[in-house]
Amino acid sequence: MTQIFAPSRRGLLKWGGAAAGVMVAGSLLPNFGISAALATDLGEGDVGVLNYAYALEQLEAAFYSAVVDSPYSGATKNEIAVLADIRDHEIAHRQFLKKALGKAAIPSLEVDFSAVDFTSRKSVLGTAGVFENLGVAAYNGAGPLIQNVDYLAAAGSIVSVEARHCATIAAMTTGFNAKTVGAGIVDRKGLDDSQTPAQVLKAAGPFITTPFTAMSLT
Amino acid sequence: MTEHFILNDLDPEVGERINLARRSLFRRPAVMAVAASVPLAVAAASTEAFAAGGLPKQVVDVLNFALTLEYLEAAFYKEGVSRSGLIPSKYRALFRTISAHEAAHVKLLKAALGSAAVKAPAVDFTAGGKYPDVFENFETFATLSATFEDLGVAAYAGQAGNLIGTSVLETALQIHSVEARHAAAVRPIIGKAGTPNAFDKPLSKKAVLAAATPFLA
Repeated sequence: MTQIFAPSRRGLLKWGGAAAGVMVAGSLLPNFGISAALATDLGEGDVGVLNYAYALEQLEAAFYSAVVDSPYSGATKNEIAVLADIRDHEIAHRQFLKKALGKAAIPSLEVDFSAVDFTSRKSVLGTAGVFENLGVAAYNGAGPLIQNVDYLAAAGSIVSVEARHCATIAAMTTGFNAKTVGAGIVDRKGLDDSQTPAQVLKAAGPFITTPFTAMSLT
Repeated sequence: MTEHFILNDLDPEVGERINLARRSLFRRPAVMAVAASVPLAVAAASTEAFAAGGLPKQVVDVLNFALTLEYLEAAFYKEGVSRSGLIPSKYRALFRTISAHEAAHVKLLKAALGSAAVKAPAVDFTAGGKYPDVFENFETFATLSATFEDLGVAAYAGQAGNLIGTSVLETALQIHSVEARHAAAVRPIIGKAGTPNAFDKPLSKKAVLAAATPFLA
């Protein structure tokens, strides 16, 4: 059942707490350092891109699963329902990519969310916002690396869902305003963020303990 | 106030019946025949987000299609944010920002297309009287806003394949996700989930035009 994160028509619900000052885990931890000799590589070509997406979706699915399993203090029923919907979307993305990759799929990744305070609404929503915006930037940056038109279409069907999640998380954080549609991320040309796999993995790395490399993704 | 979404109302046969040739904005500019012969490398060499000139015909077609939708959205929000009393104060910053994004998309696409850019279409946001209070009733306005944004998301997704291997794909994707942010920001205002499904469905150009045509005067 799809839940609606709806603002009250009469302004009864107020999503208080400015986003300013939210510390997200990624900024607190050192960069992802791994030994290439021990690591699984994402692979080359479209397999590499799909495994890259699969890694990010695993991360998101694991994060929201943890959030929903043990909601932050003061989480409302509606908030939990919205976060459970997002979790389900991320799980659907993860499973879709796993199936598409078949035997070429990287193993399930171990994650480390020790930098996230799951009892804190600020920490959870701040981290969620980082993951969703990172996901959008990752898909936008990886799209041009995809050679198969069907995989590109699939990525397109996923990235807009990540972007929708960004808006929902932003609305939960600061209400319905410029930030809800990416103020501070979307540039003056009206363009969303786009990042290379190297940039994205640097940001996501601290949350992933399983060693892996992206030797062929540039 | 109608609860219907244009996309839900789509009659698949409507698209078949539309005579696109009647609408000048969908007519291919003569310059495209020349543009098609210019190698993509020329476009890739530009430092602009979208390369000006020298775009292959297929790319010009996609960008003009996108530009048409952006014209429609930009005109819609420009009018909406200019109407005093339409948008409740708590949502004004949201719609102003969306309006600015759509205007920026128009500017970007026009610059990319240069002389091959289609002209802005004449618009009728009442859709021939179906939504007479579009700029007086916020719920109608927000409903059409969500419809246009969802349509934009589906339209860009549907065209990505036509841009594969080109220098403009990344930029198109960067617009696409902004439209999705808009859609999910507006949908809850009219009581709809920001993200209705785990996967957004792309729409063909024909289906998108069928949905957009009632708003073209």
